[in-house]
Amino acid sequence: MTIPEISRRALMKGTALLFASTALARQALAQAAPSGGRLVVAADSEPKNLNPAIVASNGVFFIASKVVEPLAEASFDGKDGLAPRLATSWEGSPDGLSVTFKLRDGVTWHDGKPFTSFDVAFSALKIWKPLQNLGRLVFANLEAVDTPDDYTAIFRFSKPTPFQLIRNALPVVTSVVAKHIFDGTDIATNAANNALVGTGPFKFAEHKPGEYYRLTRNENYWEKDQPKLDEIVYRVLPDREAAGAALEADEIQLAAFSAVPLADLDRISKIDGIKVISKGYEALTYQLVVEINHRRKELADLRVRQAIAHAIDKKFVVDTIFLGYAAASTGPVPKNAPEFYTSDVATYEFNPAAANDILDKAGYIKGPDGNRFSLKLRPAPYFNETRQFGDYLRQALAVIGINAEIVNADAAAHQKAVYTNHDFDLAVGPPVFRGDPAISTTILVQSGTPDGVPFSNQGGYANPELDKIIKQAAQTIDTGARTGLYRKFQQLVVADLPLINVAEWGFITVARDTVLNVSNNPRWAVSNWGDTALQS
Amino acid sequence: MKRAIILLRRRAISSIPVLLIVVIFTFFLLESASGDAVDAYLGSIGGGDAALIQSLRESYGLDRSMLARLWLYLSSLARFDLGWSVAFNRPVGELIAERLPNTLLLMGSATALSFGLGSALGVLAGARPGSVRDRLLSIGSLVVYAIPSFWLGLVLSITFSVKLRWFPIAGIETIASGKTGFARALDIFDHLVLPVGALAMIYLALFLRVMRSGMAEAWKLDFVLFARAKGLSRSRIVLRHVARNALLPLVTMLGLQSAAMLGGSVVIESVFAIPGFGRLAQEAVNGRDAPLLMGIVVTSAVLVIAVNFLVDLVYAALDPRIGASEGGV
Repeated sequence: MTIPEISRRALMKGTALLFASTALARQALAQAAPSGGRLVVAADSEPKNLNPAIVASNGVFFIASKVVEPLAEASFDGKDGLAPRLATSWEGSPDGLSVTFKLRDGVTWHDGKPFTSFDVAFSALKIWKPLQNLGRLVFANLEAVDTPDDYTAIFRFSKPTPFQLIRNALPVVTSVVAKHIFDGTDIATNAANNALVGTGPFKFAEHKPGEYYRLTRNENYWEKDQPKLDEIVYRVLPDREAAGAALEADEIQLAAFSAVPLADLDRISKIDGIKVISKGYEALTYQLVVEINHRRKELADLRVRQAIAHAIDKKFVVDTIFLGYAAASTGPVPKNAPEFYTSDVATYEFNPAAANDILDKAGYIKGPDGNRFSLKLRPAPYFNETRQFGDYLRQALAVIGINAEIVNADAAAHQKAVYTNHDFDLAVGPPVFRGDPAISTTILVQSGTPDGVPFSNQGGYANPELDKIIKQAAQTIDTGARTGLYRKFQQLVVADLPLINVAEWGFITVARDTVLNVSNNPRWAVSNWGDTALQS
Repeated sequence: MKRAIILLRRRAISSIPVLLIVVIFTFFLLESASGDAVDAYLGSIGGGDAALIQSLRESYGLDRSMLARLWLYLSSLARFDLGWSVAFNRPVGELIAERLPNTLLLMGSATALSFGLGSALGVLAGARPGSVRDRLLSIGSLVVYAIPSFWLGLVLSITFSVKLRWFPIAGIETIASGKTGFARALDIFDHLVLPVGALAMIYLALFLRVMRSGMAEAWKLDFVLFARAKGLSRSRIVLRHVARNALLPLVTMLGLQSAAMLGGSVVIESVFAIPGFGRLAQEAVNGRDAPLLMGIVVTSAVLVIAVNFLVDLVYAALDPRIGASEGGV
């Protein structure tokens, strides 16, 4: 048979086609912005739904918060820790049945249409309450939003709802989207969930999947003199080591959310022109928690849980695993939430001898191999630190005669095993404190949550007294009384140990010295960056 | 030419059952992994309540039985529809069309470079088997082959991007540069030097060693002795007689390697932030995205079948004994 001869010309042609196939798929891009105006930031994920009104998560906010604004943002020095954004004031009624928002005048959407109270009413009733992962809880009793004029929105609740909760939740759950874009469409599949249209200092320009997001300056932003930057580019860098190298080479100017691994910080902080900042995450506190399956008979015994608490050296965890970038926890509310935090709780000082003593007295006798019993330990895969703490906990438990077998899994398998199948004895979890205990903290110990709900009490723990306090606080309008109930809540949790709080941490931002106004609010990485500037 | 077409048709028909088996196997493999697309998604957004989870499962079609989902997928595949990716919320075909060219470019260049350089060094090594030069080349290639690719990638980028600043650190081209035509091609070339270099260095050893051992064998054969007796120059013997006869296993290796490379390199694509096929497959598994993973597997399988077909053609061209019987039906 004859075989077609492959000539060099044919080969060249083939190569050229291969080349062209990449070239054609892309469109010519706009001219580069003037130098000094583009901030390039490391991103490690590309959310499939970028609409912060639907998905209230830090991964989404990191990009979307520059485009779509909430009613209020967290602040270091504002009243109640808030700074106005789309709302200029907020006032709860004494009966807890309504909250009145005065809205900012003269704000326009990126497509030129005016922003009004109709947008707020639409966002609240059609998106936050029915669709948003956190809004479903906060606005569960929201019945109607009255709009007496273009710049007033009155939220009406069917049951008394604590104003304190609404206020604390404002930065996270109230991203406002435009009614004229979503009304009458299938909200879940609307293209504007990714090609965002907002009121923020930056407009959404483009997303090149796998490569970058690009935001450009909003010339008509309501805050005069803002934004300072011409462009923000989020470069997708899936490899964490590569993020550090890219900063060093000045290809990116900022990496937030500890994109540069803690272990590299010491080295990178010594490089000229790079600063390491741990401020700016105060309202995004993550908690390192030992989740406990109370279905296991040994763990249902309070004495065993106390012994485990005594076996954990929190100082070691903070110093060695977090390299000092964390604080030891005293209970389920972090110190970063001074409105609720109390240090007046039981303490379990690090004392393995006492722990052994408790277990001996409780009748869990060491076998010939030195073990009292064995446990299955599942560290969550989301952070290096949760996995490292899993390794540490195994060693700490070995000292008190408990043999822990570590089971590692990826995110989907871990979620399923712990929160649906309850196939664990101990798990290491990183829940988030979101400004108010009612948002995502009480659910960690409350009973009655259906199987499959992530980051909730799936350990089968039920304490009627605790449940009662949680329920009462959810309906208490008086801020002082409600705060008091949450103090009691902390005391009860620490006394009965449905879970063990070990440490609480924020993240680290690494930036070039040329980036100005970094970390100037407690949710900086997920705030609007209107005043962030680049020194030329 | 006609025989090549007959061969092609026969291969195309016989590959349908292969594809079917690959798809079904992948489906059950992913199905047997703990957790589904909703579990993966909830972990990434920080949770949600029971009703939200239920509605997500419904919208992803995960409330249907496993067989119903498999049937749905196979029937849409029969219509050449690769389906909808739940992890990316986009059509699978579009995602693959976006990522595949990057991987083909990266892997094609790396294979070509490692093949060219590897076989040339193999000839150098095989010209005098057992010599100092041979030993140095063999040991050197093994050392490079043994280096983990992520480490090699990081070392290259720290040396040439961070310290020397010769090449860009990551990505496939400069972000929003507005470059077109030749300037853009040059820009992409610039970005590919380090990742292609890292991959080529790792695969180079394979080609070098196959070439070298083929030549070492050939030296022992009678025709080489005859060529020497004829008084041919050494360089002529090396190139025209020994190296040429050692070429066939090299082509086999090239075929196998090309097939392996189509899957992309998760590690190199991550380190150099190249949006390629390997990273897409990894993201599909992490997101428990069955339609996407199966789309990737089907595409890879089709490409592998095509590469094998090409290798067979090249074989027949290199060695007239091969293919004579197959084409003769």
